[in-house]
Amino acid sequence: MTQLALVIDLNVCVGCHACVTSCKQWNTSGWAGPMVDENPYDANPTGTFFNRVQTYEVGSFPSTETVHFPKSCLHCEDPPCVPVCPTGASYKREDNGVVLVDYDKCIGCKYCSWACPYGVRELDEQQKVMKKCTLCIDRITDHTLPEAERKPACVIACPTNARLYGDVHDPDSEVSVAIRERGGYALMPEWGTNPANHYLPRQKTHMHVTEEDLQRSDNPLTKEDITVYQGEETMEDVTW
Amino acid sequence: MHPAFSVIFLTTLIGAGQGLFLALFTGQFYSTVELVEPQPASFYAVGSALSLALLVGGLAASFFHLGRPERAWRAAAMWRTSWLSREVIVLPAMMGIVFLYGVFHWAGWTQPFIVLGEGTLPIDATFVLGMLGVLVTLALFVSTGMIYASVKFLQEWHSPYTIVNFIFLGTASGFMLAAAYSALLGNHLVGFFGTWAVIATLLGLGTRTASLMRNASIKHRSNLQTAIGIRHRGIVQKSQGFSADSFNTREFFHHQSPETLKLIRVMFMVLVFPLPIALVLLAYALASPTLPILAFVVQYIGLIAERWYFFAEAEHPQNLYYQQIS
Amino acid sequence: MKDPAVQHDAEIGQTEVKETTCYMCACRCGIRVHLRDGQVRYIEGNPDHPLNKGILCAKGSSGIMKQVSPARLTKPLRRKANAKRGTSAFEEISWDEAMTMLSERLGKLRATDPKKFALFTGRDQMQALTGMFAKQFGTPNYAAHGGFCSVNMATGMIYSIGGSFWEFGGPDLDHAKLFIMIGTAEDHHSNPMKMALSKFKREGGRFIAINPVRSGYGAIADEWVPIKPGTDGALFLALTHEILKLGLFDRDFLIQYTNAAELVIDDPERDDHGMFVRDETIEVTRGCTDPQDKLWWDRNTGPVLTHSEGADPRLLGGYTMPDGTPVKTSFQLLKERVDDYTPEWAESITGIPAATIRRLAHEMGVMARDHKIELPINWTDVWDKEHDRVTGNPVAFHAMRGLAAHSNGFQTIRALSILMTVLGTIDRPGGFRHKAPFPRPIPPCPKPPNSPDAVQPNTPLDGLPLGWPGKPEDLFVDDDGEPVRIDKAFSWEYPLAAHGLMHNVITNAWRGDPYPIDTLFLFMANMAWNSSMNTVETRKMLTDQDENGEYKIPFLVVCDTYASETVAFADLVLPDTTYLERHDVLSMLDRPISEFDGPVDSVRLPVLPPKGECRPFQDVIIELGARLGLPAFTNADGTAKYKNYPDFVVNYETSPGSGIGFLAGYRGKHGDKSLKGEPNPNQWEQYAANHCVFHHELPRSYQYMRNWNKGYLHWARAHGMTKWAEPITIHIYSEILQRFRAAAQGKWPGRQPPERYRERIETFFDPLPFYYDSLEAQRVDTKRFPLTALTQRPMAMYHSWDSQNAWLRQIHSHNYLFVNPKMAIALDIQDGDWIWVESHLGKVKCMCRYSEAVEPSTVWTWNAIGKATGAWGLSDRADESKKGFLLNHIISEELPVVSSDGKQILSNSDPLTGQAAWFDTRVRIYKANAQEPKITEPQFPPMKSLPGQLSRPRVRWQAYVAGLFGRK
Repeated sequence: MTQLALVIDLNVCVGCHACVTSCKQWNTSGWAGPMVDENPYDANPTGTFFNRVQTYEVGSFPSTETVHFPKSCLHCEDPPCVPVCPTGASYKREDNGVVLVDYDKCIGCKYCSWACPYGVRELDEQQKVMKKCTLCIDRITDHTLPEAERKPACVIACPTNARLYGDVHDPDSEVSVAIRERGGYALMPEWGTNPANHYLPRQKTHMHVTEEDLQRSDNPLTKEDITVYQGEETMEDVTW
Repeated sequence: MHPAFSVIFLTTLIGAGQGLFLALFTGQFYSTVELVEPQPASFYAVGSALSLALLVGGLAASFFHLGRPERAWRAAAMWRTSWLSREVIVLPAMMGIVFLYGVFHWAGWTQPFIVLGEGTLPIDATFVLGMLGVLVTLALFVSTGMIYASVKFLQEWHSPYTIVNFIFLGTASGFMLAAAYSALLGNHLVGFFGTWAVIATLLGLGTRTASLMRNASIKHRSNLQTAIGIRHRGIVQKSQGFSADSFNTREFFHHQSPETLKLIRVMFMVLVFPLPIALVLLAYALASPTLPILAFVVQYIGLIAERWYFFAEAEHPQNLYYQQIS
Repeated sequence: MKDPAVQHDAEIGQTEVKETTCYMCACRCGIRVHLRDGQVRYIEGNPDHPLNKGILCAKGSSGIMKQVSPARLTKPLRRKANAKRGTSAFEEISWDEAMTMLSERLGKLRATDPKKFALFTGRDQMQALTGMFAKQFGTPNYAAHGGFCSVNMATGMIYSIGGSFWEFGGPDLDHAKLFIMIGTAEDHHSNPMKMALSKFKREGGRFIAINPVRSGYGAIADEWVPIKPGTDGALFLALTHEILKLGLFDRDFLIQYTNAAELVIDDPERDDHGMFVRDETIEVTRGCTDPQDKLWWDRNTGPVLTHSEGADPRLLGGYTMPDGTPVKTSFQLLKERVDDYTPEWAESITGIPAATIRRLAHEMGVMARDHKIELPINWTDVWDKEHDRVTGNPVAFHAMRGLAAHSNGFQTIRALSILMTVLGTIDRPGGFRHKAPFPRPIPPCPKPPNSPDAVQPNTPLDGLPLGWPGKPEDLFVDDDGEPVRIDKAFSWEYPLAAHGLMHNVITNAWRGDPYPIDTLFLFMANMAWNSSMNTVETRKMLTDQDENGEYKIPFLVVCDTYASETVAFADLVLPDTTYLERHDVLSMLDRPISEFDGPVDSVRLPVLPPKGECRPFQDVIIELGARLGLPAFTNADGTAKYKNYPDFVVNYETSPGSGIGFLAGYRGKHGDKSLKGEPNPNQWEQYAANHCVFHHELPRSYQYMRNWNKGYLHWARAHGMTKWAEPITIHIYSEILQRFRAAAQGKWPGRQPPERYRERIETFFDPLPFYYDSLEAQRVDTKRFPLTALTQRPMAMYHSWDSQNAWLRQIHSHNYLFVNPKMAIALDIQDGDWIWVESHLGKVKCMCRYSEAVEPSTVWTWNAIGKATGAWGLSDRADESKKGFLLNHIISEELPVVSSDGKQILSNSDPLTGQAAWFDTRVRIYKANAQEPKITEPQFPPMKSLPGQLSRPRVRWQAYVAGLFGRK
């Protein structure tokens, strides 16, 4: 069975929020739209977003890491939000594992959001139905789009290519390889939700300079006579 | 969690309604076996109506919880997996039984069609409805409780205590109401219901205290380390990714100070348990017809506080992701 | 709901896809705009565009909200006759009325004193046109926002290596192995930088971020080196010290391609002290270029002409010329300069441990030396020597305003340029690489006029309003040495002010120093708010009246797309279009989008009709030019030469028959010529057919070592990139600066500064980089103001002007002051507290946020989040004006007047370039009183909604769905 998912590379995410707004603009006019904004030009502007980029500081000065952390629905393999839905509005697609909400069936009871430990479901406060990341279901299943564009909007937009997309059940897919080789991990593994989305950790490149590196025979200083001569008496100055 | 008054009233009102029904049928059972004096049909009919009113009130409150109440009928669909769906089925079922129970009493359709136990236990339609009602009441307690207890990462809720507390506290308030009802009518069942109410309240005190103690020492399995997958003790969120509030900052957190929480906890521990018990005992001693009513009112107010605290106390792991604006 | 898998988005409504270029910031990515029933459905990065290759940032993805913004201006407006300026009391007028009003007023000024008209523009990308208009008008008072943006970066590097970071060059992360980013959080070249960084990291490159704050790109650095603001120069000098001491420099590169081995006269008694020894007798090109008449000291034969066949020059040492002239090599002078700049010395200034500085130097030096890149590319240098490979040292740098926006920025950036040069990383693989039209001669040839005579009634300016002085004679001063420009650029106060000093225009005009003006025309520059320093006073100056009730700045014209704070102060408001409603060119004559491999320019094409009565600013300029009868815009019979901007772009040539116009691509009658060629009537269509881009990829042999690459330089000359094909020798030692210093010392045969500037010029025009404390720190009590306050733009708003954007403002609706907890706790300030930030100028109230990612003596905030009440179409209660704050209120545009300056009023700017020193701001912070209202201060009277502005600030819901059946 196919399980489509995102693998998010924290090693290169610079926290630019491209995924946040590219998602918003695609989906507000798409199958999952609208994505309503409340008080768009007033105090306390808020609205529905399927995707948020958060920032964490790890460690204390001067050994501080600033970690940008994009978060959207993780499309769990065992999504706790689905069985609790009383109407069947929340469901997991059998063909590709994407977790979706059918707004026409949703009664806005919010129980699914209680049953999600990740806080990725957001109630549309105007339409009063639950909304969430669809992995751009209307892009990835649209066969009229060219193959290269059959990806979630956030993946296409991401300037650092920090969002890999593919089938985590296919061991040869880019995402599976990344998870395997780069230490991909799931969020809150303690709940057994088996999130399909994974995260790739920060990696550090170090450089080690040895004493030998600094003492070499081809040092260009050896080509210079570093003593500075200036105004010294020369043979010609000497009166015999 | 954010304590929403819709669910606070839903759970406390139907709890009292369920308890009242249990009380009525307990009374009927005892009178059938002639342990207490029999009551007129109107006692059961009006009592059932009262119970039904509480159930309907609870249901009405629950509609305020729904974004799209006009689609509430859809909620029965997923009874195989969803406790909420089960509650949605069981609650009307119970209402139906309570209604029939009251109607049968009121209409006097109480001719026994079989007598068991060497003539001591005549079984009539109300008895059958009553027995069914007890089962459905228990099912409803379990369904309601499991809505909360089944969410495993709400660790404060994910415990059998949630269900037994719902049962004992609902039962206590129902019997307390039955005692008040009897006191109002001036019949002799005040002491009977009052005693059971005190017993249920004491049981509730035990289980609720146990759950409070359990929750006080709970070790949350999720933390910032598991939330973002970075193994470092010094992680602090600097930005939740947006500047205002949102569904995620509103729905899952009470936004009250720890002091307020403590105050509410002390308040409900007094209002739900010792005070109603004392009032019942006092009523007993003084043979007061009004104190049982006061006992119920006090306990119900206490239960609202208790339920508020029940929600507020539960720490949703999603809050780890929504802590700071920068 | 319908099964999403059977629904095809493109089949809903009438859909169209149009290509154009983004303008949500200055990055200029290619975009594909999807329209549904004529409304924008989706904006995606254009995968066929060389700049962004299909990706798009948060701003680009929020372009839709720009179209529906309630801040949109839609009508020309005139201040009501009896209304006070600044009260935003306007009435609608027609475009014809507006143009008549403007052309009559400007016509009179042009006929009498053209310099009474000042045109200053903001983050626009049309300086080729606006600069041309100003020149044609005859006013010297023109500049864009470069003076407060990053002119130090441009000049510091261009005066050293002939190119700079920015559009004109950058780090070659495809080949680099070590990347050091300094004073940069986000960048102009935003998306390409993100792409490159990601690739670089994934390929195992080492990334070091040096910055007082760890944010932006620095977040993903392998190492963060916190540094005290404005001390980067000290760090570079100490790094250079260590590299020179250990011999980790690229000797061959220094000798062949820089003036390191060239001999400098070293006799303080002589007038020509500090000048290169030149052989004036030989025949070399002596135009606007570095003549090849300088000398090396051959180890066997003594002085020889540079690049003499078989020479074995000394890099270090002092010698005596045959005529007895004592000389030293440039590199010797550099070595002596950095001798005392030890890592220990730098530690005390920068806060970086000496051991770290040493290690950084070692990493740079060893990486450069031991990990050389060799590319099998043949090339020929200007001395006709053939090379069978291009080599490179894989250490790349990038820097931006963290270095530039300090009053010591120019010398700091000189120091960085020299560090990069010493490591041998200029226009080589893995290092810094140029982008066309750079490299250019040091300094580039265009010069400002050098006398007030250049300004004559009814006559175009004799010279360019902006240029690159190379000697005192190039300064734009009168006979007394006093400034001719309103902003005093190219005067002795700021001699190398290549981008002007827009930040002082309002103050100078208000004060009438050097003279009062009549009309100030601002385009897309928010000078009443976040583009000005000292905002509170600036707003007063704009409304200040003389004793006759005349405004001190009599007429203010503002052209903008949105109701910015500045619009409120206008006498005449001209509504501009958005980027989706206009033609634009990203021109080789201005700031193109060239790649390392060759020149690239691009266009914007309208995908939507203009809203209301909006008109593209370029059309307005061209019509105004024609109405005023400016030669370039008028036929001989006085009629307008160009219909509109698209017509102008196609047909205009820099000089008749030059074949050079605003667009370099698809020239010639049939569009088959590149860079040069006669006008092509179908040029726009051909751009449209080619993803809005023209990309000329140079032959591989022209892609590197371009300062000295014969093939490239001749190609560049032939195609109008530069006038000269002479080698562009890197200036380790800047004789140009020495000329100004000599003038100040009375040793220059030509122009000399007025007395009051002599000491200033002598001090700062040091031909070798040196470190000095910021001018503000030298003049304020740093014990009273112990902290430095910085600002950054968050990535989601970098280089955009978009707080009215409904989506982006949800990410940052207000800002906090980030303070290191150690510092905050010592001041009894809790996280989230309301605090005051006070500088010598004034104070603002804001909220504190703890951060471990900031160096303790620094406080910082996201810039330009705070807005004035009611501006930008936001409600009076908006977070931006109640919780958000603007640091600019306490950043001074002028230095405190002190006796050590002889009580002169001086701009708070770099004394060489006039770069606004907004990162020099010294502050103290303290807790606000518990009784004080929890609201930012200062507050201003609310800006009223303007006629024609969509009135939506109190709308509760916005549910945007494109198309006829969308909900609104």
